[in-house]
Amino acid sequence: MPTPIVLTARGLKKSYHKDRIDVPVLRGVDLDVRQGLVTALVGRSGSGKSTLMHLLATLDRPDEGEVFFRGNRIDNAPRVVRDRYRNHEIGIIFQFYHLLPELSAIENVLAPAMIGQSVWSYFKSRSENRRRAEAMLDRVGLLHRAKHRPCEMSGGEMQRVAIARALMTDPKLLLADEPTGNLDTETGQEILRLLADLKERDNLTILMITHDDEIAGSADVCWRMQDGLIHRESGVEETPAFATHAA
Amino acid sequence: MYRWLLCFRYLKTRYIALASIISVTLGVATLIVVNSVMSGFSTEMHERLHGLASDVMIECHATGGMPDPDAHLREIERICGPALVGSSVSVSVPAMLGIDFRGQQIGRHVNLIGLDPVTYDSVSDFGKYLLHPENQKSASFKLRDSGYAPDRKELAAAGWSHRRDRVSEERRIEKMVAQERQMMAELHRKANGQSEPSEQDEAAANAAKGPSFGPSFSQALMPGSDGQLKPSVDPMEDQFSGIILGISTCSVRHRDDDGQVQDHYYAQPGDDVRMMFPNAASETKVINQKFTVVDLYESGMSEYDSTFAFVRLDELQEARGMIDPETGVRSVTTIQLKLAEGTDLNAIRDALRDRFPPELYAYNIQTWRDLQGPLLSAVRLETTILNILLFLIIAVAGFGILATFFMIVVEKTRDIGTLKALGASGRGVSSIFMTYGLLLGFVGSGAGLIGGLVFVHYINDIAELLEMFTGQEVFDPTVYYFTEIPTIVHPFTLVWVMCGAVAIAVLASVLPAMRAARMHPVQALRFE
Repeated sequence: MPTPIVLTARGLKKSYHKDRIDVPVLRGVDLDVRQGLVTALVGRSGSGKSTLMHLLATLDRPDEGEVFFRGNRIDNAPRVVRDRYRNHEIGIIFQFYHLLPELSAIENVLAPAMIGQSVWSYFKSRSENRRRAEAMLDRVGLLHRAKHRPCEMSGGEMQRVAIARALMTDPKLLLADEPTGNLDTETGQEILRLLADLKERDNLTILMITHDDEIAGSADVCWRMQDGLIHRESGVEETPAFATHAA
Repeated sequence: MYRWLLCFRYLKTRYIALASIISVTLGVATLIVVNSVMSGFSTEMHERLHGLASDVMIECHATGGMPDPDAHLREIERICGPALVGSSVSVSVPAMLGIDFRGQQIGRHVNLIGLDPVTYDSVSDFGKYLLHPENQKSASFKLRDSGYAPDRKELAAAGWSHRRDRVSEERRIEKMVAQERQMMAELHRKANGQSEPSEQDEAAANAAKGPSFGPSFSQALMPGSDGQLKPSVDPMEDQFSGIILGISTCSVRHRDDDGQVQDHYYAQPGDDVRMMFPNAASETKVINQKFTVVDLYESGMSEYDSTFAFVRLDELQEARGMIDPETGVRSVTTIQLKLAEGTDLNAIRDALRDRFPPELYAYNIQTWRDLQGPLLSAVRLETTILNILLFLIIAVAGFGILATFFMIVVEKTRDIGTLKALGASGRGVSSIFMTYGLLLGFVGSGAGLIGGLVFVHYINDIAELLEMFTGQEVFDPTVYYFTEIPTIVHPFTLVWVMCGAVAIAVLASVLPAMRAARMHPVQALRFE
């Protein structure tokens, strides 16, 4: 029986303007991400998968179409709501890790908590935050490197810190933009195993963008993007459940 | 929370920003030093000027002065009311000072002032500028034995001992001259075969006894000289009326080869000088009178030190004929008033001017600020201009911060994207850079504050050190008459300078912070 839908995209269109010419990137994309599954989004570079992810993460706004998170429209929500959505409801990991170079591993993991809470409430729950950050680092197996700076770590380690950071605020959904794209195969496999483990043991929902068909094949659901359009390749059948949203 | 953490991290890791703040540091330090020195200077000057001049001064331009000063004072008391706390009358006349220096006549134009030391001290500083420590406590017109200015070796002998040495030396020379003259006369007589023993003997005897007071003052050359020299005065034991000379009227100051300041005195306490001044009669005549220098007056204001000479009020009144022979009422030329602290001097002055209108009275009524107006406003203007210039320097430093911050924002573009992806708001991101500017402002101006205060504290040592290295006198005491650079640190100025510098640093970070806030997260994340 299919699990409930966490994230829904309907009719997303996005084009970039260059020299007064519209370059369409997304040409009407529909997508569902179901809870507790690893959903893969596969496509060649330039197919628009990263743009789609930015729209889903509310880092950018679609020209047309809607994005729903647990039934609530978020693409046109006020700035504060979107900031809170990014901070609290989802976790994002990037191909290039995007750790803050001035902060140590544990501080990077703590960053979302610092951003989401006021100075006062952060100080009140300081030890709690710290315990949670240590637990997350432990979860990705890097507790022993908590004090190290990103520049002292390998790519795989940095990505694991980024995963710990994404998990810090206990998100419902993890958006992963080519998490293995910048790593060698073996390290990439480690990261994938970690993500699979997170899904298995913590019942985390993951939307993973990749250009690697093999990785996509191992996902529960796989969507393929091509020339700004999307279609399902494998996985759960469409259910009438989302029809309520679509209406 | 993250903004503070990031700010501190940026502060610790971005040395380029610290370099940009150095100009703020230097600006703040300079501002503090300049303000301290200028306020030290102007306070010292204010104190001196105000100390030298009484609050309000009524000068009568008539040579005879204003008759019946007591009636005047009663009237003034009525006008001023309780604000009047002290008054002093004095006589001030232009005069010529004549000093006999090794047989050469030195003439100086001076302002001869007859004063009563006690009341004069109550309206303006007088005693404290005298050289003898005892005179500083209570001024006297009697020559003291010794102990004038213990720190000046040139005046080590000044006093009675100097007087006695000089007189005995003069007498010895006189005697020698007389003997020589006698011998020459003897030879002359023998050669001529004439005999005029009685006349020659008398001349020799006279010479030996000696008028000895300024033997070079030829009586014939002094019109009005009316035999003030009392033959009964023995210069070894007695003195003429005492006079206190402004130090620059009878000395010159210069530097020797080693750069040491040296004073040369034409006259020092114990010497006799001549004073020529007009009497108060309608047909003015010049009075020529001898005085004994009993002390020197050094206020530090060259204008005063080079023109003033003080004698006793009653003596000057007598000498000038300012006493009404019938009533015995004495005239004065100047009335000085001391008013209670905080009194509006200008209002008092205007009230007095209304009472003694210039159309009827030849009186000049001025406050001390009127007297020294141009000097005071010049110092004020200088301070203002320096402050403006130095703040412009800090403003220039502000543009340096602006440029540096733009650079940092560009460098941190990806981090800004990351922060936004993690849910940071635009305002949060911009506040990172604003806080950063604030912290830099604090660090920069704090360092400047400490540096400036340390500099001010050791300013004289630093000046000495500079002198040693450059050989150039930084602070020339012959110019300023201060031996040390005066400084006053006003806490209010410090706060003001700090706030200004921090505000400039924060203002300079506003534009870069706005740019950071407006950055599109996707473009920022993709930034290479």
